[in-house]
Amino acid sequence: MNKKGYNCVVCIKQVPDTKRIGPDAMKEDGTVNRAALPAVFNPEDMNALEAALSVKERYGGKVTAIAMGLPAACAILREALMRGADEAYLVTDRKAAGSDTLATSYILSQAVRRFEPDLVFCGRQAIDGDTAQTGPQIAEKLGFPAITYLEKLDLEDGVAVAVRDIGTGVETDRVKLPALFTVTDRYGELRPPDVRRVMEYKKAKAPAEGGEGSGIGQLSCDDIGCEAERCGFAGSPTNVSKVASVVLAGGEYREIPATDEGIKAFVEGLVADHTIG
Amino acid sequence: MTENNNRNGEVWVFAEQEEGVLADVPRELLGKGRELADRLGVKLAAVLMGDGVESLASGLFEAGADVVHLADDPALKTFRGVAYRKAFVKMVRECRPQIAIFGATHMGRDLAPAVASELRCGLTADCTDLQIGDWTDQKRKDASGNGTVVKDVLLQIRPAFGGNIIATIVNPYNWPQMATVREGVMKKLDPRPGAKGEIVRHDAGLGGEDLPVEVVEIVRRHSSVNLKGARIIVAGGAGVGSQENFKLLHELADALGGAVGGSRAAVDLGYCEHERQIGQTGVTVRPALFISCGISGAVQHLAGMQDSAKIVAINTDRDAPIFKVAHYGIVGDLNIVVPKLIKAVKKGW
Repeated sequence: MNKKGYNCVVCIKQVPDTKRIGPDAMKEDGTVNRAALPAVFNPEDMNALEAALSVKERYGGKVTAIAMGLPAACAILREALMRGADEAYLVTDRKAAGSDTLATSYILSQAVRRFEPDLVFCGRQAIDGDTAQTGPQIAEKLGFPAITYLEKLDLEDGVAVAVRDIGTGVETDRVKLPALFTVTDRYGELRPPDVRRVMEYKKAKAPAEGGEGSGIGQLSCDDIGCEAERCGFAGSPTNVSKVASVVLAGGEYREIPATDEGIKAFVEGLVADHTIG
Repeated sequence: MTENNNRNGEVWVFAEQEEGVLADVPRELLGKGRELADRLGVKLAAVLMGDGVESLASGLFEAGADVVHLADDPALKTFRGVAYRKAFVKMVRECRPQIAIFGATHMGRDLAPAVASELRCGLTADCTDLQIGDWTDQKRKDASGNGTVVKDVLLQIRPAFGGNIIATIVNPYNWPQMATVREGVMKKLDPRPGAKGEIVRHDAGLGGEDLPVEVVEIVRRHSSVNLKGARIIVAGGAGVGSQENFKLLHELADALGGAVGGSRAAVDLGYCEHERQIGQTGVTVRPALFISCGISGAVQHLAGMQDSAKIVAINTDRDAPIFKVAHYGIVGDLNIVVPKLIKAVKKGW
């Protein structure tokens, strides 16, 4: 560790709020009507930001938030600044359009790299895709170990002591920095915005949003040295072949009266056909 | 993208193990993998990594594998992302499989993205079905304006957008075609006792720099919850109303010899433990009998239970989506209906 504390970078994503899907969320052709979905700060990226902010609070250092996306994604970068991030950058570029997780992780890794971080934090997964792939892929590209499913983190002289969920239990790891961590919703909740910072950053803008643009940095694929053939559609090996909206499988349906007799007869039927007993 | 396809390549299944015990999911994946490999006319292989795990190979042959690729090395004793990735990638480069599938477990979702990243190939997460089929690339047109047909690719089918859509993803050019598959979704084959196959031993090729992470301690959760193995599941949602009311569901499950599950809402409200969550971000189940209590039926939840053989829905709201997947519906207050069920079940024996 250096005397200035730890240099932390957090990757955050603006996502459509898939938990609040209304009746107008799907178009008639079965595609998603993004306009009908509010855009939000991906929930587990908030936990990731909290992890970075608590490192800074406990050990000193700096927190840089990076989001890749359209200029509208500046909304979550402003939010990150208000909650305590020191700097915020938007990676936005037409060349990035159509990126799958492989291309996204490549572009983000190129952005992250220029900040020479000690610790990189990502949310475990984003609620629009639920893939949980981008974090481990950024780590691979940076040559950092990935500590996935982080629940707790302490630092001891440049070594991270990380507690992570392994599904069948909980594991404690010691890992030399630099390293990347994917953070789950079991990590502490993101702290509320600071009133003073809200005033300070509510007008922060990236140039892509129009006007002067100050307070949020902006990076293009060229700025961060991306090879064009590894970005966007060109750099994405996966193709969406077909999309269908979910049709609930309606089968045979029978209503059972909620009476003693109705329920007794129903249970006897289940016993008779060996479903129970 | 450059094409890098080996049409004769095997179908690979990652044989996840911990402490020398195979997880359930490799057997499930071998069931699906058998179907894919037979369709393609190639061998089905399991990739087994660990320290002193060769004895697990027989279980993999019994579950359907023709070949076991074995990387046995002290450095692979406990799962560590960098070491496992390097050993796996080395085997892929040597053998050039056309498909590699992993369980969408914590381990699989850590390893598979890193492998795909290093190989620069596509990866589809959390598939609920896999098929072989043709795909037409509309971006590569021939002289008469028709797209190019790529034969026999892996169709990777998964829910997306919080379960509101089902997408089919293909990775036609940069093979291996990689996917993770949710636990409990694919069916195991009937075991083939005494089945034999070929063991191919690989040198993991690891050095000290490949172990940047030291695993200090693992505390296993000795969970009494076994949703995946349960024949009968009683599950509750927000409509249960309180942790106290949830005890009724335990009582019914006990009477039936079943297990208790919950929707995400029930978990978030603290009515039941995280490990009981059924749905897209929890466990996928397909019991003989699923009794749903006070669950409205968000698609994310339905994705995890709609293949149950018999679904009974209890809800006060006649219009709740859960009734659309249910075979039997009881419209009523679960606090009245469930005690009646308990009574009927106890008498019924």
